[in-house]
Amino acid sequence: MTHGLTDAQFFDKVSSFLVVFYLALALMNGIAALYLWRSGKMKTWLKLPLPLLGKVSISNALVWLTVGMGFAVLGAAAGGRPDWLSLPESFRDMINESTGPVIYSAGTTVILIILFFFRSFFVRPAVAWTIWNLMWLFLGLSMTDRDFFEIVAKPDNVPIVMLVFLLAFFTWLGTSQAVANDKRMANGEPPLEKLGNEKVLVWPDLVYPELICMIALTAFLIFWAIALPAPLEEAASSVKTPNPSKAPWYFLGLQEMLVYYDPWMAGVVLPSLVVAGLMAIPYLDFNKAGNGYYTIKERMFSYSIFQFGFLEMWITLIVLGTLLRGPNWNFFGPYEHWDAHKVQALNNVNLSEMFWEQFMPWISSFIPWISSSSWALPGTLSLADISPSLDPSNWPSPIAWLGGIVDPFLQFFSLLFGRELPGTLLVLGYFIALPPLMALTVFRNFYKRMGFIRFMVMANLLLFMGSLPIKMLLRWIFDLKYLISIPEYFFNF
Amino acid sequence: MPDLGEMIRESQIWKSIFRHPMPVDRRNRIVVMLTNFFLHLHPVSIKKQGIALSYTWCMGGVTFFLFLVETVTGVLLMFYYRPTVEWAYTDIQMLRDVHSLGILREIHRWGAHAMVITVWLHMYRVFLTGSYKPPREFNWVVGVFLLLLTLLLSFTGYLLPWDQLAVWAITVGSNMARATPILGHEGPGQQLLTLGGVDMITNASDARFALLGAREVGEETLNRFYILHCIAIPLGVALLLAIHFWRVRKDGGISGPL
Repeated sequence: MTHGLTDAQFFDKVSSFLVVFYLALALMNGIAALYLWRSGKMKTWLKLPLPLLGKVSISNALVWLTVGMGFAVLGAAAGGRPDWLSLPESFRDMINESTGPVIYSAGTTVILIILFFFRSFFVRPAVAWTIWNLMWLFLGLSMTDRDFFEIVAKPDNVPIVMLVFLLAFFTWLGTSQAVANDKRMANGEPPLEKLGNEKVLVWPDLVYPELICMIALTAFLIFWAIALPAPLEEAASSVKTPNPSKAPWYFLGLQEMLVYYDPWMAGVVLPSLVVAGLMAIPYLDFNKAGNGYYTIKERMFSYSIFQFGFLEMWITLIVLGTLLRGPNWNFFGPYEHWDAHKVQALNNVNLSEMFWEQFMPWISSFIPWISSSSWALPGTLSLADISPSLDPSNWPSPIAWLGGIVDPFLQFFSLLFGRELPGTLLVLGYFIALPPLMALTVFRNFYKRMGFIRFMVMANLLLFMGSLPIKMLLRWIFDLKYLISIPEYFFNF
Repeated sequence: MPDLGEMIRESQIWKSIFRHPMPVDRRNRIVVMLTNFFLHLHPVSIKKQGIALSYTWCMGGVTFFLFLVETVTGVLLMFYYRPTVEWAYTDIQMLRDVHSLGILREIHRWGAHAMVITVWLHMYRVFLTGSYKPPREFNWVVGVFLLLLTLLLSFTGYLLPWDQLAVWAITVGSNMARATPILGHEGPGQQLLTLGGVDMITNASDARFALLGAREVGEETLNRFYILHCIAIPLGVALLLAIHFWRVRKDGGISGPL
């Protein structure tokens, strides 16, 4: 998109965007200050002793007004020298070098956990508004980086940026109400939603806002359509494969899972389970509290599971897959050039190879009567192996016909319980032994209240959900490729 | 000089359309909700808290409105678009560069992206307020189907411009179907469906083939996705939307504390 532009031309292009961008932020802070002032929500944060003026009270409205003026200055600067408005080169290099799938995933997890535990601090309007401003400022300062601009301003990626900001806002909106309600209920008061239960007429109290909303939305869509042309690349060509080839952005979390799973899991089984799991939510959640109002404390379990699945596994993987995965699905830092020749060593090993070729020889080197060099991957079984005295070419046709049917099963199961035995045991143990264990220990009360079937459905859904982070950790720590690897039958897990 | 507005409102034509006086007093504000086809989706009165913007986020309504926008712009776009390999890309280019209604394509495309986001936000709100709990369990399930159809609408529409982005995104997306257990020709268990040594599941008979109508994304796929995008899925969405809205009313109205 910015290929073939000189630096001057690039900054010209960015400059016209950044001026509007920073002025919009200035306006946003100005409106916030005006709102605080007019609605009587002004608070004095500190009294500053100034020479000549005496003690000047610094209110929140004044602070946001100053921030707004700061953004206006940035807007003016962006019109002249946008190249000044960037993060230091060394800082960007540091981010590029330090990020990777591990840091990214661990980092987002840690951030979400911190946000969750200190939510009553982060939902305070002043804190949330500061973070909101910093998010936008970070975006603006990064836009002057060519590689960052290239990815973020790609028309098809614009919705992701919108999604991130919208989710940040709405997560704040929901959490702040939940925090307020939890505080009230701890004092024995009803949640805010239960107050003021008077009824109003739908005409005009609902119909008018709907109409206003529709008009505003239409205006927004038309403005968006004019300001930003919708994605359209060159005509399709079946010989020119783009690198990277990506699915539509909302499926990129699934495409990212391909790094850790075979397509039959990442592309078929897990998405189906996501849908099935979503549908199962109302039938699994037996907690009657928290119906119709925001709360976290009353629904800690379902809330944390949902947020883990939605924010951590669905959204962050989409962001990772869209913005940080480049050619050959390699990871690229946000300010890194998408170099198609970047080589990343792939030395992932299957569990069966680790077990038979490394672990067993190592173990048997301690046992004198077993030769440590005799270990190798076990092979497959077929019907001919069971009766080796018969030469298959001499078999009567019914047996040969039977062999044709039975052999795939025999081969598959001999691989599953022979060569892949260690992984098979682990996976079976995970899915079969863990649910009863959970029912007997941590989920004792759940099991009592849910009954056998509902509990088993929930336990298995949770285990499938948990298998992704487990597989990620196994990959990062042990370079493990698959727990069970039977590529002969497209069965890798 | 009689008042023109009054003349219109007193005419037989007006009265045959709107069967009551203007909704300026309490009685007629109730009557308008009961007698107007478009308004009768709503109840007559509603809990004030239930429609507070900070509570509902209005995302369900926004999604429905976007669906209407997509329907209207989509119908207009169909006048200018031919779903053939020969014409598809050129027609989209013409929409951008030649036709004065070309902005409809930008609105349609951005609206589609926005709709995916607003569906997610709507579900997010419904989850955070626990509004899927009894008696609304089934409506949540209907909503999950609507989410699925929204994603499928967006996915099928992705192919229609027939540019590099479209074809390769659909290729990557539909490649997953090859790995469907038993029914995909590179899926686990594919070997189980054999008859006399002949594989029943090949790249010309598996789940991916059913999706694409061919071995690769091509003419047949474009036609198939066009029909799914313009007729089949929207009909399904319309039906489920009707059920979704109906059940909102029947399951105790707009969500709020019990």
